[in-house]
Amino acid sequence: MRWFWIDRFEEFVRGSRAVAIKNVSLAEEHMHDHFPGLPLMPNSLIVEGMAQTAGLLVADAIDFNRRVVLAKVAAATFHFDAVPGDTLRFDASVLDLKPAGSLTKVTSMIGDQLQGEAELFFAHLEPGEGVPTLFSPDELLTWLDHLRLFDVGKDQEGKPLLRRDW
Amino acid sequence: MSSRDEIFEKVRAALVDALGVDEEDVTPEATMVGDLGAESIDFLDIVFRLEKAFSIKIPRGELFPEDVLSSSEFVADGKVNAAGIAELKSRMPFADLSKFEANPSVQNFANTLTVEDMVRYVESKVAG
Repeated sequence: MRWFWIDRFEEFVRGSRAVAIKNVSLAEEHMHDHFPGLPLMPNSLIVEGMAQTAGLLVADAIDFNRRVVLAKVAAATFHFDAVPGDTLRFDASVLDLKPAGSLTKVTSMIGDQLQGEAELFFAHLEPGEGVPTLFSPDELLTWLDHLRLFDVGKDQEGKPLLRRDW
Repeated sequence: MSSRDEIFEKVRAALVDALGVDEEDVTPEATMVGDLGAESIDFLDIVFRLEKAFSIKIPRGELFPEDVLSSSEFVADGKVNAAGIAELKSRMPFADLSKFEANPSVQNFANTLTVEDMVRYVESKVAG
């Protein structure tokens, strides 16, 4: 089992913006106990989905050559709960990107309503800076394929992203 | 050029946002780690915010010289040696290291840096 909290990318512009969706389903095991009789998508897992959207945007921008780790949720506000049947739409923008880290802003929409918003700060770590290998290259590539990154992704000039050759 | 008060206000705003502390807690004498609860990752966040607020560049290790504190050349038995103190002083002319010098254990260093030191650091960058 892997820790996947987005289903696919809808838009992806290298280094600037990514939109991903997450369909909330009663089939997800955590819904059965959170809470009995009142299934809610935990906002902590929504933050994880936001972080996967923004984190992959950042990782791609630095050519996947450092480990992008969610270091800090600088601010997060949620306006209402997501429930089974909802489609969350995460819209991530890069506010600042440097070799050592990045600051991103992500909103979570359900339909035309703002469900949540967060500022996420990522550290970009070199191997040896305390983080083990997170993915093998082929696992990562498979995940990016599942997310349809190379179907929708574009570079800043609007040209399609090339599938990585790992 | 910004006046000192303006610099302090902007540094304070950056620290309030980065550390989630109240404005009144950010006094010149407050220590970054002990009083304001900054952790190592917060320093990266603070660097980002100061760079943006003042349009300056802060090279890694300049504000918080972690490389000195982890170097076997400058640290022995958990304490910064005389060469290390000299290195810190030359690298951090903006910081008041007199208290640290009296008890130069590496653990103690985290509690040395104050808000005032941050303001002096930014002042030197803005003036430069």
